[in-house]
Amino acid sequence: MSTTATHAHDDHHDHAPKGIWRWLNSTNHKDIGTMYLVFSVVAALVGGGMSFLIRLELGEPGIQVFDVVGEMMGSEANQFYNVTVTAHALLMVFFVVMPALIGGFGNWMVPMMIGAPDMAFPRMNNISFWLMPPALVLLVLSAFMGQGAGTGWTLYPPLSGLAGQPDMSVDFAILSLHLAGASSILGATNFITTILNMRAPGMTMHKAPLFVWATLITAVLLLLAMPVLAGALTMLLFDRNFGTAFFDPAGGGDPILWQHLFWFFGHPEVYIMILPAFGIVSHIVSTFSRKPVFGYLGMAYAMASIGLVGFIVWAHHMYTVGMGVNYRAYFVAVTMAIAVPTGIKIFSWIATMWGGSISFKTPMMWSIGFIFLFTVGGVTGVVLANAGMDIAMHDTYYVVAHFHYVLSLGAIFAIFAGFYYWFDKMTGKVYPELAGQFHFWTTFVGVNVLFFPQHFLGLAGMPRRYIDYPDIFAEWNMVSTWGAYVTMASTVFFLVVTFFVMIGGRKSVANPWGDGATTLEWTVDSPAPFHTFEETPDFTGGNPAAHPAE
Amino acid sequence: MSRISAFFTGWVLTMVCASSAWAQELPTPSFPVPWQLNLQTPASPVAEQLVEFHNFLLVICTVISLVVLALLLWCAFRYNAKANPVPSKNAHNTLLEIAWTAIPVIILVVIAVPSYRLLYYMDRIEDPELTVKVVGNQWYWTYEFPDYDISFDSLPLQDDEIDVAAGQHRLLEVDTPLILPTDTDIRILFTATDVLHAWTIPAFGVKLDSVPGRTNETWTRITIPGKFYGQCSELCGINHSFMPIVVHAVSPEEFEAWRASELAANDNTPDDANRFAALIQE
Repeated sequence: MSTTATHAHDDHHDHAPKGIWRWLNSTNHKDIGTMYLVFSVVAALVGGGMSFLIRLELGEPGIQVFDVVGEMMGSEANQFYNVTVTAHALLMVFFVVMPALIGGFGNWMVPMMIGAPDMAFPRMNNISFWLMPPALVLLVLSAFMGQGAGTGWTLYPPLSGLAGQPDMSVDFAILSLHLAGASSILGATNFITTILNMRAPGMTMHKAPLFVWATLITAVLLLLAMPVLAGALTMLLFDRNFGTAFFDPAGGGDPILWQHLFWFFGHPEVYIMILPAFGIVSHIVSTFSRKPVFGYLGMAYAMASIGLVGFIVWAHHMYTVGMGVNYRAYFVAVTMAIAVPTGIKIFSWIATMWGGSISFKTPMMWSIGFIFLFTVGGVTGVVLANAGMDIAMHDTYYVVAHFHYVLSLGAIFAIFAGFYYWFDKMTGKVYPELAGQFHFWTTFVGVNVLFFPQHFLGLAGMPRRYIDYPDIFAEWNMVSTWGAYVTMASTVFFLVVTFFVMIGGRKSVANPWGDGATTLEWTVDSPAPFHTFEETPDFTGGNPAAHPAE
Repeated sequence: MSRISAFFTGWVLTMVCASSAWAQELPTPSFPVPWQLNLQTPASPVAEQLVEFHNFLLVICTVISLVVLALLLWCAFRYNAKANPVPSKNAHNTLLEIAWTAIPVIILVVIAVPSYRLLYYMDRIEDPELTVKVVGNQWYWTYEFPDYDISFDSLPLQDDEIDVAAGQHRLLEVDTPLILPTDTDIRILFTATDVLHAWTIPAFGVKLDSVPGRTNETWTRITIPGKFYGQCSELCGINHSFMPIVVHAVSPEEFEAWRASELAANDNTPDDANRFAALIQE
């Protein structure tokens, strides 16, 4: 790179606003992405701390943690346990995974990957982010209003109605989700517009990186699913405050209506959490195998079909509500069909590695961990898809194990993979490889010890959302809690190392991963300059990032 | 790798434990054992099929997971940067892509056939010999035999009321269990008075939500006499963890005797259903 170019970069750095206004008024996709990531980490500390409390409580039979915690919070143990379970889920879904994958990595990487100067609507991007902190505040407040919202994240009425939760806690939770939902809808429109209109010349959709595809499909899902949640939440709010009876059988309503509306949002929501993860893993596997992604088009359209089918499978969450048997039969068929595109993705990742020259750097380790653990979570998903079989597992720890395998060990592994992959690009620092490997292996062992025994508990019949359980379930619960100790220790280690690397790490280079990294973000400096590109990258003659050495 | 093998050895262990428990004639024929790894011992035709189907699914799941693991390990062994310094640029293989689309479809069809048979079998029964209605309340169950005008609440026992020496289990006992006959086709109806609950006895392969304003239906046929436990399986508020379900399965003769004594005990309530039936007979 010539001296003039370096000089020009420095100029751009100087144009970045200073102080707090840089963040409050930010219209820069990288700054907003950073804020999303920091926000996600803050929420993860709260949500993760809650899960640790839950595991401590369940480490042995009896009530030994939440009686103390509940008293400190001025609430009763059983209720505060339900509040914690509810808040843990809502935090992890809306305030950790989504902000990290979509708001964080999406904002940071999508404009850079498509060669755009920024998002299409930078000011809307700003409000998308700044709706999130108030949403988080409302959610935390809901835990302290009256009894707290102990309804589960699914907010099923009548428990979430006035009869079940007479105080204002659920109203706060509803308004929190309204804000988070509005933020998601704004973010989704922004991503769709950006990806459809601002790709570099010559970058057709069929040349766009898979993370861009993943973000586009995710944004479409958000745009279609979130308004349904908003509608349902508003109906619940009206039931609670203005005397309507959408979900109250006494007034001609039906509690099951809520479940249909909620899961019509809720099932696409789980793909919203996992599709960006698919995108990230595709990039990492390709980069560290030094091979292009195997079956690129198949990968892209597999994600599209997962997104599409994701809208017509919602009632597989409702096999025990008393639906007619033919409805259940339909939902079995479509749910199992999702295994096919998911299988295509798993095998394509393996085929990408096949014949490659693989270096097992930290991001690659997390991605390989993701592929295997997502497979394990996927096959238990096929088990649960069978409406008959589900009768034995519904609302047991088997389900808890399943969705933690695909989300906690899936989405969260991908977040860590993306974090280590793009750490250099986002901070300009080198993450110590040994620390990353240690973090991976301890977390890998920890979460498996934590969640695998929950399959056994569920099969034996232990119901979920229980603060205390029959003594017969003590053994596997004890093992599961050991796993939580390991995971927690590993996470603390990660936070400490990250803190020290951020304040004093070695300076990194533009492309630390070599010729396998062929997306545009690796053509610019690390950290990426405030204004990304000197000139618009041109794809008409091929990928300008394919040969970074030239 | 070790997890999976542990899974298998553990599974065998469970089978051994479960069968030895049965040999000792415990009063709770399907109660889970410590370190249990698989479903409870079945006590109904539906539960037997569930166990069978699950064991079939477990094999498929394990094989798929092991194949994926083996492929990943092979890649790590054969295609690491040291063993294979020059990567291939191969990114397409139409035949392979068709194969890994078609083979999962075939596997799913193989799963779907027994799955659908089971689903329709366990749904409901045409000609029940007995009907019991289960009503969920915060936080106890009410049982009714609509045909006999018998109805009673089943309240949980507190920890200090549990007699461990008598084989009672903490969090699982009630003051009045539901008595049901073995070898009888029983229709079970579900509803609730306040919020959602879910009634389940894992050993019967029965689990259905109790929904206010709705009546749900399923059936069972108990094959083993004894005491069966379940717990509320839909979050229902503060004491969700503390509303157990207990069923005493007795022989049809014993059930008949119990029913007669119950009816005699509340003869002040007119037996409308029977009187109506008698009128029609005339």
